[in-house]
Amino acid sequence: MKRIRAVAMGCSAGGIAALHDILPALPANLPVPVIIVCHSGPAATDLLSAAIRRDCRLPVAEAQERSPALPGHIHVAPPDYHLLIEPDGTFALSAEERIHNVRPAIDALLETAAEAWGEELLAVLLTGANEDGAQGMAAVKAAGGHCIVQDPSDAVADVMPRAAIARGAADWIAPLDRIAFLITSLCQDSRP
Amino acid sequence: MPSRSDGLRALEVDLFVEALARRHGYDFSQYAKASLRRRVSALAQSLGCATIADLLPRVLHDEALLPAILSTLSVPVTEMFRDPLVFRAIAERLLPVLATYPRLNIWQAGSATGEEAYSLAILLEEAGLLQKAQIYATDINDTAIAKAEEGIVSAEHIARYEDAYRKAGGNKSLSHYFSQGYGFAKISSAIKDHISFAHHNLVSDGVFCEVNMVVCRNVLIYFDKKLQDHVLGLFGSSLSRGGFLCLGLRENLGTSAHAHQFMAVDHELRLFRKAGGSQ
Repeated sequence: MKRIRAVAMGCSAGGIAALHDILPALPANLPVPVIIVCHSGPAATDLLSAAIRRDCRLPVAEAQERSPALPGHIHVAPPDYHLLIEPDGTFALSAEERIHNVRPAIDALLETAAEAWGEELLAVLLTGANEDGAQGMAAVKAAGGHCIVQDPSDAVADVMPRAAIARGAADWIAPLDRIAFLITSLCQDSRP
Repeated sequence: MPSRSDGLRALEVDLFVEALARRHGYDFSQYAKASLRRRVSALAQSLGCATIADLLPRVLHDEALLPAILSTLSVPVTEMFRDPLVFRAIAERLLPVLATYPRLNIWQAGSATGEEAYSLAILLEEAGLLQKAQIYATDINDTAIAKAEEGIVSAEHIARYEDAYRKAGGNKSLSHYFSQGYGFAKISSAIKDHISFAHHNLVSDGVFCEVNMVVCRNVLIYFDKKLQDHVLGLFGSSLSRGGFLCLGLRENLGTSAHAHQFMAVDHELRLFRKAGGSQ
């Protein structure tokens, strides 16, 4: 397995609590960026950042267009824009149509991240009540990347993880309390 | 490294972009790649092409296809009163300054199907300024311009925009500005008469008039740094002294060579003022 260079993570219903279980458990020396799309209302990103920033060892900030994804940073998609990854690993935003009736959409992040990082991408799909993310996870797999899906029986809403698993896009199906460990070991093991 | 198929897609998109530029003169080479690739893929899919390369003969030989291509590539997605607090701030903080001018020229760049231009015109009307105002709403997509000219949206959309309109400080009902029937709503000519829709390409066309305010929201996000810089220069040259520039909520002047020309009126809402005006 090649060195992981980025983690892209998506969640929807129940996602904020799930993120709050995962992100504070990530070590301060995580050698890769963590990029997050969480479906939420227009004002909810601040809420999200505030809720997780306090307890995280990694800096948490909204992804800025044209800025690079930084190792050891948690970047959150701004509300009401799709968050895309440019081929050079910088962020781009888009106000295009909603996908699965949501903006930001997990599919848009994962598909472009797959194109940018290919087999060096680790994608994580958590709880959610719609099918956003399944296509993106399939794109990550197709590009040779690696996929962790939250165990549906462990998720607040199981539609999203189930859809990804149905697409054959899960390398690991893990309960919430194992995901931070899995991310950490996959990223640390693959350090140069 | 990305897999071979992704590298191949990048090559196909590059060839498509070059074909479009050399055949039709529309240069998308300085557009941000991720979003452009998604849209080119969507275009290929909508035209029944199995690969992006299959688009090449079409773009070279099928003249009639150009409008459809531009419609897909130029992101004609817009809403009325998107980010209502921005419109409220324009009404409460910028329009009182602009009201002191004898005439008011506004350039709305990247107007797509016109919803934002209508929103601006309604604000001006409610501030009592529409009679002396002219909005130049421009886009590279002639199909979108034609739709904007028609001024017809679905009645359902109007109902959805009511909430944003009120949050923007609107004091009537949005439907007041539309005549409705058969599920459609048409913007009143009193509003539309003060908007000129026109073709303008931010990549290749120059400054076309002097304006007191430029509104260009969520257009720069699709451009690379160099093109962003070029367009900000264009806005700087178009604006009169003390004129205002309104960008999208997540757009910055960044490290642009033209950043020094502007100072923030409200950084959070991305409202800027060209230096040199009276305070």
